Amino acid sequence: MTFVTPPLEDVQPPKWVKPTFTMRLQKLGPVLIVLLACLYVGVVILLPAIAVVVQAFAKGLAPFLENFQSEELMSALRLTLLDAAIVVPANCIFGLAAATAIARRKFRGKALLLSVIDLPFSISPVVVGLMLVLLYSPTNGLFAGIINSLGWKIIFSTPGIILATIIVTFPFMAREVIPLLEEEGWDQEEAAKTLGANDWQVFWKVTLPSVRWAALYGLILTTARALGEFGAVSVVSGNIRGQTQTLPLFVEDAYKQYNTELAFGAATILGGVAIVSLLMKMLVERMLEHDRTTRGAEDS
Amino acid sequence: MISRLRRLPRLPLPSWSWRITWVYLTLMLFLPLGGMLLKAFHVGPADFWQIATSPEALATYKISFGLALIASVINGVFGLVIAWALIRCRFPGQRLLDTLIDLPFALPTAVAGLALTAVYSEEGWLGKPIHELFGIKVAFTSLGVAVAMVFISLPFVVRTVEPVLRSLDMEQEEASWCLGASQTQTFFRVILPQLLPAILSGVAQGYSRAVGEYGSVVMISSNVPFKDLITPTLIVQKLEEYDLPAATVVGSVMLLFSLVSLVVINRIQIWGQRYQGAEAA
Repeated sequence: MTFVTPPLEDVQPPKWVKPTFTMRLQKLGPVLIVLLACLYVGVVILLPAIAVVVQAFAKGLAPFLENFQSEELMSALRLTLLDAAIVVPANCIFGLAAATAIARRKFRGKALLLSVIDLPFSISPVVVGLMLVLLYSPTNGLFAGIINSLGWKIIFSTPGIILATIIVTFPFMAREVIPLLEEEGWDQEEAAKTLGANDWQVFWKVTLPSVRWAALYGLILTTARALGEFGAVSVVSGNIRGQTQTLPLFVEDAYKQYNTELAFGAATILGGVAIVSLLMKMLVERMLEHDRTTRGAEDS
Repeated sequence: MISRLRRLPRLPLPSWSWRITWVYLTLMLFLPLGGMLLKAFHVGPADFWQIATSPEALATYKISFGLALIASVINGVFGLVIAWALIRCRFPGQRLLDTLIDLPFALPTAVAGLALTAVYSEEGWLGKPIHELFGIKVAFTSLGVAVAMVFISLPFVVRTVEPVLRSLDMEQEEASWCLGASQTQTFFRVILPQLLPAILSGVAQGYSRAVGEYGSVVMISSNVPFKDLITPTLIVQKLEEYDLPAATVVGSVMLLFSLVSLVVINRIQIWGQRYQGAEAA
């Protein structure tokens, strides 16, 4: 039980006091702030977002749907989905492994390790791509010899795209799950352990369910970023139309070729994915909040 | 809590998770980082310095770092306003505003670039009136680059300030009013100092992101050297010219900047936590 003090009533001067200029200004304050905030967000974010949709459907629904007959767009879409289908599970495994390994240990350099995991967020995506080129480029990469003797192709092909996407997106999962695990403590796992569960059972039946919403949140963020990554992928992909072009690369390329309708059509698909991920994020946030409050109630 | 953890000598940790973490980090992070450092060392200090400070590179630093600073400061101010509106005010459409703030995080950068170019080009909804009224072109100039940077770094300040603002007690402000401070005094002497670490941290994060941003900027800029060419685009251009040493050097400079900014952001956050801790005690 916490004791809640009732909020003080708004102290208003009596009606017969003639409001001074400053008083009027003070009353207007909140309104001005809200207006300013809405105006800024409207101009900076909302207007461009609407512009994409309007441009895509400028000539009606039929020309928009015709975009899907473009072989290049469909191949870009396929590559993007394949990329995400490999990257997201791989990063989920890493994220959960890193979270269970790091969150509940206390060791020197833990803060450093957490910063290292966050590193891809602060490195420019172009630099991420550059690093991969320097490693795996068949002509002057560090591993050129090994790659050529094995006959692999990494740069300017799908493996490079996948590697680039993995690097750019791997921190999301760990970042969402670690704080929750740290907060939660070790009691339940300990109990499961003493009751004879093995490591796998503890992970699947105790740890994972307790962080399910945070993990889902991380999953959504990873997927959204994996589908939309541009900088890192553009450096390693070589941007060959119909072969190594992902959807975001296709958007840029089509726009540069003055294929405006195709560009806006593809952009609308990606924008739609972004909005869906935002909505799902909101739902999951609410579930996380709900979990937290019920857990808080149990504790007290 | 901590004491109990210490008492357990060996936690029942699945050891494979620890191994997966290190293997993954080594392959995906340490190997590429090490490879780049190795390549940068191969260039040699004299050449490194010459390429890193060539006029072309210096011009891009000026544009990238300068414009990102302007963009993140603008967002520092407006981010505070938006966070204030979201926490302290009630108005219709608040949830929508809250959701929209996250759009720059969710929207692929290429789409953001396309959208901004469409709006700010000379034919666009905002570009046309601005061009007619002031005779300024926005898209395909450095102004357009700044607009793109503002777009992608907007959420940072809002999202860092929000939780701190929510946890601020109204009682402090009431106390300050009771002691005879005006609203402006209360804001600058009581509220702002407590929000400052969060604002700075948000601005630094936004700055770091804006400097490294590529996708949206490359579409709205004309990518002309000395005019609006940003550093990441210079790296890409060098790569396309097969000038790997130059790309490596400029890339290393950017990497160094990211590492420094990471440390700075960490410091700011620790500073902010101390401030909060002191206040609680």
